[in-house]
Amino acid sequence: MALVEMRNVSKIYHLGEETIRALDDISLDIELGDFISIIGPSGSGKSTLMHLLGCLDSPTQGTINLDGVMIQAASPRQLAAIRNRKIGFVFQFFNLLPKLNVLQNVELPMIYSGIAGKERRQRAMAALEAVSLANRAKHRPGQLSGGQQQRAAIARALVNDPRMIFADEPTGNLDSHTGDTILQLFRELSRQGRTIILVTHDPEIAAVTPRRIEIRDGKIAPKADATLAGLDRL
Amino acid sequence: MSAPSLAPGAGSASRQMLITVQSGLREIWAHKFRSLLTMLGILLGVSSLVAMSALVAGMEKGAKESLIAIGGLEKVRVEAQDVPIEQRHLTDDAIGITINDVYALRHSAPLVTRTSPEMRLYATLSANDKKFRPWFCCGVWPVALEMNEHVIQHGRMFNELDDELARNVCVIGTATRDKLWGSPEELGREVNPVGETLYLNGVPFTVIGMFQHYESDQDRKEREYAKAHPEEQKPGLRARSRRRGSWVFYLKNATVYLPLNTVWMRFRYGATRAAISAGNGMAVGTTGDPRLSGLEFKVVSIDQLAESIQQARNVLMCTHHGIEDFSFRTQEDWAEQIKTFVHNARLSGGLIAGISLLVGGIGIMNIMLASISERVREIGIRKSVGAGMGDIFIQILVESVVIAVLGGLVGLAASYGLVCLIAQFAPTDNAPIVGLLALAVAFAASALIGVLAGIIPALKAARLNPIEALKYE
Repeated sequence: MALVEMRNVSKIYHLGEETIRALDDISLDIELGDFISIIGPSGSGKSTLMHLLGCLDSPTQGTINLDGVMIQAASPRQLAAIRNRKIGFVFQFFNLLPKLNVLQNVELPMIYSGIAGKERRQRAMAALEAVSLANRAKHRPGQLSGGQQQRAAIARALVNDPRMIFADEPTGNLDSHTGDTILQLFRELSRQGRTIILVTHDPEIAAVTPRRIEIRDGKIAPKADATLAGLDRL
Repeated sequence: MSAPSLAPGAGSASRQMLITVQSGLREIWAHKFRSLLTMLGILLGVSSLVAMSALVAGMEKGAKESLIAIGGLEKVRVEAQDVPIEQRHLTDDAIGITINDVYALRHSAPLVTRTSPEMRLYATLSANDKKFRPWFCCGVWPVALEMNEHVIQHGRMFNELDDELARNVCVIGTATRDKLWGSPEELGREVNPVGETLYLNGVPFTVIGMFQHYESDQDRKEREYAKAHPEEQKPGLRARSRRRGSWVFYLKNATVYLPLNTVWMRFRYGATRAAISAGNGMAVGTTGDPRLSGLEFKVVSIDQLAESIQQARNVLMCTHHGIEDFSFRTQEDWAEQIKTFVHNARLSGGLIAGISLLVGGIGIMNIMLASISERVREIGIRKSVGAGMGDIFIQILVESVVIAVLGGLVGLAASYGLVCLIAQFAPTDNAPIVGLLALAVAFAASALIGVLAGIIPALKAARLNPIEALKYE
């Protein structure tokens, strides 16, 4: 059984009179240990797909089975718990809490899973070591460079040992060199057996991953070709 | 594949609460000035609630003291009154209150314990080239001493013999002494007027006794403090307490007692030497105006007040031949007035304090709403890492409660200062009394307001859509 089984999923938004079919009848399997990129131009529905897979949203139609839990039927409370235990998010704008230091930011998911203070600190430090940021544990996010902030965000995504990590344009706000090191880090994590889903509009980044899913107009495009996707942008 | 348990462990709830409170405190500390301003509303509400209740409690105590000072609830006064309309044609037969009523009550009303006649005199006292008009100058029997809770400090009360012989003796209060011979504050020593002579409407009287100085607890404390710390005495302070001292106590100090027969003989025209030398109480009834200005009696117990008054009414109806030219006045009316006043003061003060607490609560709600709209992103992040609606709800609610409770605690401290301030401007001289109950109620009110003010912002925050919240810049 796959880690995620998506069957005939549609997501429909209503903007006043207008009906927007953000996702249209998508079926998709994600296996444990996959390193996938979801690629598509902006407005194609890739963010919506990520939100559904990341349990931030529920589908209008269809079923999603995530590690044995049917997402479309889950309560908000269950969804929050799934986000907490099974999913890690990495965002384009890092999304660290500016008032907390790096260590506290990394501890945050564990606070909501009710882990005791001592264990929380140990695991947060271990996660920071995994992204080689242990020496910045007491710094505020504002005192760090973009790359360091993104590494802190990755540490936060890792800390609860999730089944999947979603990265939404993780290099979008970094210079190319720093972006490369972050991608390197994801590749390393993938080698360790983590399931990683990169969401990007950039075919060069998508080229890093063994599996690519291209979304166009809310549907999975038949060919996931980096060259074609690149042509798209022209 | 078995899904891991999604529910947090049981022991984690309190731990999570602790972290939530910590983060609430951190949030408040991060916006020190804003939080302080927000707290101010609750602070003022709580302190005004405490101060108001302290003020009312002080007034209540003062009023009750005064009530006891004038003879307590058991005392009933009988006064002459106009004949009722249906008996108008009998007006000529109305005899007024006389000494006979006193005897009749003594013999025929078992529920009446003490009876004291009084014959009031409008008199000017002079001695030592000074003049004084006492508030209350009247002829009484020695029993008036107990009746009106008087205590002799110097000399003695006149006795039955003085009364029988209509001697020119009097017992005065400290107000008379202070006016005619000087007060201890002015002279620095206590004058004992016993043995001095004063002229009452020109008739010489010997002072044979003086009452103790009556004052409220508050006045006594102030006076003792001033005595113990003469160097701190401000010139205005003394004058103020003289001028505004509790009215009831001043009246009591401005009392002059004369033997009843003396007043009758000397000041009710028509009295003769013969009647005096005859020394017969009944005989003098034939001369002069025998009417009393009133009589007072005490009832056996306050529980039987109504029965006692009815008994006294029956007796007096008999002696007055059925003409109701008298009325009863009880202190209960006054006690009732005190109760009503205290109730009203509590109600209006409580209302004002309640409104200011409400305004404080609205301030908190306003700030919490502003705070969550500038923290939409934070809430989105927290939700994306697994915070449920409950977690966010509790977080915002705790912040609101922490602000309110801190404001409440500071308010309790501030109420002390406010109480002192109010005591300076209060319309009475009664020191405010800060009650534990008032403190507890005020504190509980602040916590409750915190909860109520936090509910709407907390709900709003908890319902934020995480996707929208993360997009928010």
